[in-house]
Order: sequence, then structure tokens, then C-alpha cells
Amino acid sequence: MRNTDFVVRFAGEGGGGLVTSAELLAQVTSQVGYHVKTFVTFPSQIMGGPTFAQARISTSPVLSYGDQLDVLVALDREAYNTHQSEVRDGGVIIYNAEDFQLEEDEKSFGMRIDELAKSTGNPRAANMVMLGAIAYLVNMPEHYLPEYVTKRFSRGRPGDEEIIKGNIMALSLGAEEAKKSGFSLGALEDPTPPSGEQLLIKGNDALAIGAIAAGLDVFVGYPISPATTVLVYMERNLTGPGKFVYQASSEIESINAILGAGFAGKKSMTSTAGPGLSLMSEGIGLAWMAEIPTVIIDVQRGGPATGLPTKVEQSDLLVAIHPAHGDVSIPVIAVGTVEECFTGAALALNWAERYQGPVIILSDHGLSEQAQNIPKPDLSKVIVENRKVYTGNNGYERYDGVDVSPMPVPGGPGAYIANGSEHDPIGDTTHLPNRHVDMTHRRFNKLDLLKDDNYERENQDESIAIMTWGGSKGPTREAYDIMMGENQKIGWYYTMQLNPLPPQLLEELKSKELVLIPELNYLGQFAMLLRAKGVNAESITQYTGTPFKVGDLVTRIKDRIASHKKGLVNV
Amino acid sequence: MSKKNPEYDFKWCPGCGDFGVKRALEMAVQQRNVELEMPMANTVVVAGIGCSGNIVHLYDGEQPFGLHGIHGRSLPISFGVKMANPDLNVVVVSGDGDFLSIGGEHIAPMAQRNLNVTAVVMDNGVYGLTKGQSSPTTDLGVITPTTPFGKLENSLNPLELYLTLGVSFVASGFSSKIKELTNLINQGMKHPGFSVVHVQSPCTTYNDTYDLLKGNAKKGIDATVHDVPESHDPSSKQAAYNLLQEEGIPLGVIYQRDESDPLDQRFNVMREKANARDLDRQIAAFQI
Repeated sequence: MRNTDFVVRFAGEGGGGLVTSAELLAQVTSQVGYHVKTFVTFPSQIMGGPTFAQARISTSPVLSYGDQLDVLVALDREAYNTHQSEVRDGGVIIYNAEDFQLEEDEKSFGMRIDELAKSTGNPRAANMVMLGAIAYLVNMPEHYLPEYVTKRFSRGRPGDEEIIKGNIMALSLGAEEAKKSGFSLGALEDPTPPSGEQLLIKGNDALAIGAIAAGLDVFVGYPISPATTVLVYMERNLTGPGKFVYQASSEIESINAILGAGFAGKKSMTSTAGPGLSLMSEGIGLAWMAEIPTVIIDVQRGGPATGLPTKVEQSDLLVAIHPAHGDVSIPVIAVGTVEECFTGAALALNWAERYQGPVIILSDHGLSEQAQNIPKPDLSKVIVENRKVYTGNNGYERYDGVDVSPMPVPGGPGAYIANGSEHDPIGDTTHLPNRHVDMTHRRFNKLDLLKDDNYERENQDESIAIMTWGGSKGPTREAYDIMMGENQKIGWYYTMQLNPLPPQLLEELKSKELVLIPELNYLGQFAMLLRAKGVNAESITQYTGTPFKVGDLVTRIKDRIASHKKGLVNV
Repeated sequence: MSKKNPEYDFKWCPGCGDFGVKRALEMAVQQRNVELEMPMANTVVVAGIGCSGNIVHLYDGEQPFGLHGIHGRSLPISFGVKMANPDLNVVVVSGDGDFLSIGGEHIAPMAQRNLNVTAVVMDNGVYGLTKGQSSPTTDLGVITPTTPFGKLENSLNPLELYLTLGVSFVASGFSSKIKELTNLINQGMKHPGFSVVHVQSPCTTYNDTYDLLKGNAKKGIDATVHDVPESHDPSSKQAAYNLLQEEGIPLGVIYQRDESDPLDQRFNVMREKANARDLDRQIAAFQI
């Protein structure tokens, strides 16, 4: 049988071209029609520190990063020590023989990577040496890499030819070394190319493009890992008449600037991570209170305070729904795949316009840096919603009634005061008990506009179901598919819309004996919320700063179901 | 609006300086509307939290747009409003606590950007709304509820601060001199860049400084305020610094940068030079 799936990890000191190598491998293989997903993790520092980047290549859509490694490239001893246990039986480790030596073993061979690169005349070709070796090990057709290199470096610049020649030489030097080692992973299945045009894109870029597609006008953000690349993308690409993008002096400035822009009639957005979300708390409350459309992306990282800036965790759900003091319930869209980064960002802008208030998108570090092949979005199919704008005369009561009402735009009719203090229909501050009651009802009533019944469900007749959220979707789905292959009796539910939940979905979940929630946090935050709504939800948690492994999930889900059933029998 | 609104239950104390500032703001906006043939809807008043911010609710006559936000954040809000629509006339109304204490961090970035908004800062040297605590402009040693044995901090000189932070138009006014203040606010709104009109606006309840500011011959108190001398050159930052070293509080334009290009103008120039890509081309860059 030919291999249909392989995982390659590059590990060493950050800045050593590790990320480039993994991304190059993904590019090469996706171009010939394989499905790919990369994963990157690094310490929060400019250069250096233990880093790894990996690529999973498959003949079918890739749902998770891969539990075990087929090839590990260890550039130093620390990387070897850290990662070698994750290499599967029959896998191969390429270690940097210039940095350290290993006793003979049945898995590893040394390669003098930099020396080989230098011998081509281009010391920067080290990643080509590595790729050449990997291509040999996985039995990639010999022409893939040289063709890719030729295409990539044919830029019409003097020296292109030299670079191409050097890189191709590096590829073959790597391949020769691998051949000499005697290792091979067996034959590789030909790709089954996905139908339709594909993009190879990372989560943060997809978020930015989704927002631009939905008509974003104003973006103000502050650098913070792992959200910075959204700001970087916007600075370069949010252009055109009436558009504005800016790096603020703090997250407090960002949130207040985007709500100012939302008040002025524009579609506005910021991106941040946990610490920034904490700073934005009061501003988000103001947008809720004064009924101003705006969108906040929270690319989650780990832990409270500075925590784990470049690791994967899903621990901001509670603070996203209740970021501010007082009675608020902020709409939350949690994206689970790179594709959903695109659609979720567009949906968030639409929601903000529709109910006239702030919307939070939850992504995470894993999605932000992960490059994945997705179908090219069809821009003509993107639904774009715009707020109701007031077009009448002056003397308008902006906050009248319990439903969303047309919003006056400065410069036009209907001047009013957007007020963060409790207010009467024209926006004047008031403390009357009945007003606070009425206005609170008004603000919560508007959430009904967001109760779209969009969710995934499978095997809905089963009394036990799995429902994960956000970036744990991929590994959980892969685990689910494995269990379905074993004829386990489990239902599947999923939605991006965590607040408000699709009403029909909630009803279905309530009817279940048990709903298991894999989520990357200590508290079991989503399960807490579901239990408060009458669902018998139990979380399967992990808080290591790393994503779920599929095998672990399968074991833990089965164990949990078994103990649940045992409990039922005992009763 | 609010004069006729029985629900709105906020009141300034009799004699509050903010009455004068409100009148001056109303007249300045009115003048501007006539001079530039602008509708009132073109003006947005962004208010901070404190006694001062209530100007938006007490505004008489035709109403501008208002945004009464959260404590200390009127500048960043005004930044978003202005850059979303640079055609708007955006005015911030704030107090010494709102603008200089909790909101102090926002002055420098707006000055460096030369954001084209006008901040009218009502300085009463005290937190009025929370009943008399010390503020950045309260004098050293003053006893207040939060400084029962005397204030430990030196008082801030806001006008020097604005100069140092690079504000491109700095004016000093007094709530009792409504005509002059109207003129200063109007000049601030016309200035192409970040303008701060800092106004002495006494609190009759917690820090009545009228006698101190105007002088009182019967009590033998000399006036602290005096007009900026005609010889003053407001285009010279050095002259502005020198002026602020003299005794008392000068009233008038302290500093106005000659060549002042506001952020919206800089942004447009930069954008015209930038090589923009439409969304189709952006997506094509990721195509496999």
C-alpha cells in the first residue's frame, strides 16, 4: 500500500529557516494537488529559542496537524531530545551532523546541512538541502521540487538562473545524502487534487480578506502576538477611497477609535489577543451601550496576563461573551478552520451591522500561523449586510422602542447623542428605573436578530454527541471520523456561532443524555455555558499550550462514554 | 434639547464656569457654520466623563451630533470619528481629570499625528462630579477628600505639557471671557491639525477660583489671568515657553505651528503613493 499521508517537522533554533522550510514543502506539494496544513510554534522573541514548524501532506483534506512524525529534521541536540519521541515507528530523523553526533540507531542519520549548502555556492540553500532529502525519503517524484524552484525564482531578475541552479544542486545533494543513508518511507500515493481553484493561506490573512470582502472601511490595531499579522495585512491591503487603517498607541486607543468610526457610519474592526482584549473591556461595553457596530478579533493565546503569547489555547470564551462590566452579552463567532476565518470575519461584520453593536471573533494561535489549502472564495457569493441608516428629519428618537432602529450618520439627519451612560430615546443621560429596564430589554432583544440556525449535525438521533468549538474542530472531527469507522454511536454538532447559539441547535443539545466538549482550557468554558443553558455538557480539557492530538481525543472520548454508560447501569 | 427634557436630571451648580464654555462653544460652532456654510450636522462633539462632558446634553439651539463615551477616552474616539470621515468638524469636550489624568496617555499620539480635532479642556483643578477630589492641576499641599493632609504632587502645567508633546495649536481661555473664548475655539477649529483650547473654568462648589483668577480689589487679591501681550509671536515655540515662565495665566493663542499638515492630509498623500491591490489581486497572491 502506498502512503497517503505524511508529517514532516523541522525543529531547532528560531530564525533558522524552519518556518520557511515547512511552508516551502506545503507550497510544493499543494501545487501538485496534495492537501496540506502547516503548524508553527516559537518562543515570544525576535530570533532564536526552540522553534518548530511542521507540514502535513495528504491525499485527502487535512483536519489536524498530525499526531506522529514521519520525518523529523533536528537542527540541534535540544531539538532532537525534545521531538524524537514523537517520530513514529518506521519514521526517520535527519539530524544536523555539524551540531551533534548520535550513536548508530535504526531511525536517524546525520547530514552536514550547512556545509552541503555552502558547496553549492549559496549558503542560504540549507532548506533546499533538507527538502531534497525529505523528497527522497517520502518518494516524491523527482521533478516536483526542481520545477517548483524554477518557477519560484524565474522573476526576470539578473541572477535568477544562478539561484535556480544552486537550489537545484542543493536539492540533489540532499537527496543523495538521504539515498546514502539507506532509509526510505515507501511509495507515495499520487495526489487526488481538490476540485476547483485553491488558495494556500494562513488563518490571519483569511480573516483580513474575509473582512475586506464584507466591506470593511476602517481598521485600527496594536501589535500583539499572535494577532499582529492581521494588522500587517490591513496596513498593506485595506486601501481605496474612504478606507482608513492605522497602528494605534494601545489597545485602549484601538477599541475607542473603531467605535468612533462605527459611530461615524463606517464598518470598523480591530484585532488583538487576550491582554489587548482585557484592555478593550470598557470600550466594548461602550459600543454595546451606545449601540455602535464594530468588530474585535481575538486571536487567542495561552494563559492570563502575558501568559503564553505564542501557544495554542481556547481560554477566552467567557471573557469574549462577557468582556465588560454590567449586563452585556457580546455576540461571539469562533472560527475553527482557515476557511471559516474567511467566512466568519464576513459574518461578524454583517452581524455588527445587523444588530448595531460589537461582535467578537475568536481565533487562536494555531489557526493564525497555519497555512492550509482552501477552495478559492467566490467573492460574488459573499453576503454583505449594511446597517439601517436613518434618512428622515431631525428630531429623531434614535433609541426608541425595543427593536433595532435606523442609525443616523454624522453629516446627515437625525443628530443624537450616542451615550455610554443609561439614556432616554434621544440619548440624554437618565437614571429613571423604567428607562434602565426598557433600554436593557432593547439591547438584549436585538440579539434575536443573530439567531441564525447555522450549524453542522450528523447522527442526530444518537443520545451522546460531541460538540467542540473553534480551532479544536479539525482534530475533533478527525477523531470523530475514526470512531465512526469503528461504528461508535455518537452524534456530531458544530457551529461558529457561540453567542447567541442557534436556537434549534440548543434544543437538540438539551435533548441529549451527554454532550462531550473537547476544548483547550482548564475551566471547560464552553461546557460551563452549555450547562447553564440546560445541556448536560462535559468538557474534555487540555491546557498544555499545544493542540489536541487525535489519538488522545479518541481514547478520552471513548473512556468518557464508557464511564458514562457504566454510571447509567449502576443507577 | 435638554432644557426641555425632564428626564435628563443632571445640573451644573450655579456659577459653574462650564456654562460660559458651553455658550462659547455654541457660538464658535455657529460662527463656523456661517463662515464655511456648513450644516450643524457636520459637527460632532465627543464628550468625556465629568461635569464638562455634559455640555453635549445641555447644548442649546440646533443640535450637533454627540458621543458621550467613557472616562478619559474622548481623544481616541475622536480619532476614529475624524479619520472615518475627515469632512466632519470634530470637537472634544473634556476636563482636567478626564483629559490630563486618566486620558493623559492619548495626548502625545494625537499631537504626533496632528489629528485635526479641537479639544476644549475645562480645567477647574478638581474632580467635581465625584465631589471634590484632587486632580493633576490641584496645587501642591491642597486639602481635599483624597488628600486630607495636603496634596503630595506638584500641580501640572497643562500648557507647557501640550507644547512639549507637540500640539500644533495651544490656546488658553477663561470661562468668564466668553467672547474671547469663542474666538479661540473658532481659531482652534480652523487650525489644520491638533488644537487644544485649555480653559480656566472654576468649580463654585469645590474649588472656587474666581477671585484668584479675576482678582478682587476688596480682598486685596491680584488677578492671575492676563491677556497674551500683543508682542507675543505665537509661531515661536521658544516665545511660547518663555511666556509660560512668567507669573500668572496668559489668555490667548500661546502657540500655533505655521506649517501644519493634519493626519488626514498626510494619510491621503501616503495612500496616493501606495501601490494598492484590489481584492481579486490580493486573493490571487495566495493562489496555488
